[in-house]
Amino acid sequence: MSEVANTIFTPETAARFDHLVTIYPLRRSALVPMLLYAQDEVGYISDAVVTEIAQRIGIFELDVRNVLSYYSMLRTKPAGKYNVQVCTNISCMLRGGYELLDHCKKHLGIGHKEVTADGMFSLEEVECIGACCWAPAVQVNYDFHDDLTPAKMDTVFEMYRSGQGKDVK
Amino acid sequence: MPALVSHPDEVRVLSKRFGQGATDIDKYIELDGYKAVQLGIANGPQWIIDTMKASGLRGRGGAGFPTGLKWSFVPKNDKAKYVLVNGDESEPGTCKDHVIFLHDPHSVIEGTMIAGLAIGAKMGFIYLRGEYRYLLKIMEKAVADAYAKGYLGKNIFGSGIDFDVITQTGAGAYEVGEESALMESLEGKRGVPRIKPPFPAVVGLYGGPTVINNAETIASAPPILLMGGEAYAKLGSERNGGTRLFGISGHVERPGVYELPMGYNLKKAIYDVAGGIKNGKKLKAVVPGGSSCPVLLPEEIDVGLDFDQMGKAGTMLGSGGIVVLDESVSIVEFALRTINFYQHESCGWCIPCREGTDWIKKTLTRVHAGGGNKKDVDNVQYLAENMLGRTFCPLGDAAAMPTIAFVKKFRKEFEEYIEGKRVEHPLIAIKPLGELVGAAH
Repeated sequence: MSEVANTIFTPETAARFDHLVTIYPLRRSALVPMLLYAQDEVGYISDAVVTEIAQRIGIFELDVRNVLSYYSMLRTKPAGKYNVQVCTNISCMLRGGYELLDHCKKHLGIGHKEVTADGMFSLEEVECIGACCWAPAVQVNYDFHDDLTPAKMDTVFEMYRSGQGKDVK
Repeated sequence: MPALVSHPDEVRVLSKRFGQGATDIDKYIELDGYKAVQLGIANGPQWIIDTMKASGLRGRGGAGFPTGLKWSFVPKNDKAKYVLVNGDESEPGTCKDHVIFLHDPHSVIEGTMIAGLAIGAKMGFIYLRGEYRYLLKIMEKAVADAYAKGYLGKNIFGSGIDFDVITQTGAGAYEVGEESALMESLEGKRGVPRIKPPFPAVVGLYGGPTVINNAETIASAPPILLMGGEAYAKLGSERNGGTRLFGISGHVERPGVYELPMGYNLKKAIYDVAGGIKNGKKLKAVVPGGSSCPVLLPEEIDVGLDFDQMGKAGTMLGSGGIVVLDESVSIVEFALRTINFYQHESCGWCIPCREGTDWIKKTLTRVHAGGGNKKDVDNVQYLAENMLGRTFCPLGDAAAMPTIAFVKKFRKEFEEYIEGKRVEHPLIAIKPLGELVGAAH
């Protein structure tokens, strides 16, 4: 039974959140992880997510929004089922990161922070994702794909289209 | 999945378990895992600190502060103390902690326990950057396995000492790699830096004394205790003990993370270890330790990879992320991409950083687009120099230092770019340019 009546989350996530607030010396430490897990489940940080997380931690909704707006991985609008993040920072740039980004734009027919019409993919140009030695690299949800070329990227897209890719969870 | 590389010159201390399935706790134990922490329990905190001091280990996050000394600063009072492992690896060019979490997660846990023993902490936090969520799963499993064996929790190894480890990630913010911003983030706040002093060793997480170390530093502790401080120190160069994971990326034939002795020659690292410049092209420049480190010219790279020698060469060892640029790279474009990162990641708290990164980006964007003014190069240098040392955390410096080096060492290229590609209408109207930053000519 969740700490919060009428929770918007699945029983598993609600139970996880009940536990999460108890492990830290300060309840509020659970905020950033909670926002990420909530986003994994809901797809983005909706108003309802903000309300419930504020309630669970015992802080103002404004406190939640304040933190939410700081971190680049947290979003307030839905992304595609598979969020494709192309790194163009220096190491990736040197090995074709921009060519890869252009290829993704063309292939998907969308731009930065846009979602395909079928909701399958969204695209983002991101700062360094920590895959410099295996550049150029792309992160799809939380999976890394490295040492890419436009042709290899097409295979990655195909993999997700055919249901072989992992969802966030 | 990141590919592993190897070279005969490598000295595998930290990476000896890479690729051997050490994510499995039994394999880790078979490969000498969790012996060092038991040695630490048997010999006590002072022995741990003395051994770490003797090892000459200096912080692998970039600052290079002696680890043993840092641990010795924690006051011996009754306050709850914490160990915080900084795995918020976000410096462009750097991906070394990535491979530690991927291949040897228990070494980070064991190192956290050792640091905890040294300072009398009962709780350790391992904080990974948000993008490393897939690595968090590996760390979470490793922590759960360690609990299941009874290595974590109450009465570890029958010592009467309790130690807990909590793992978590951030959610995308380079700034959080700064130690006080990291504490803010872990406390559920925006990751902006705190004013220092007090330093974390005295007032850190939740107000308690806290030791914050980079993940590679922490993972170095178990092998150091096992081999002895002096033996570890001897692997490296003077005042720079041991080995280090160097990530070599960019235009080299064999990019990858290599473990080399401290003081290893940078030129050799590029030409021998990483196989030289890709496709036989000419070397143009090297960013030696992550994007914040001042760039080196080809004639400046015959230098040892340690904190002191790199300092003497006018740059920094930083996080050990060596980025190699061949002759085809436009320094104007590279400098713009670098400052774009810092502008994006500035937390905006300190004005010199918030405004400085933004104006440098705007100016370089215009130069890059072909609308440059001949005073722009001076303006960029002036802006960067005025950021140096004027911010609460090093992000301002991290943006300024490479910018200054790019402009100083490649001024001719910037000027030629401006001369050759000038267009009538600048993309961003900055008027009047001279008055804007007080350029004297």
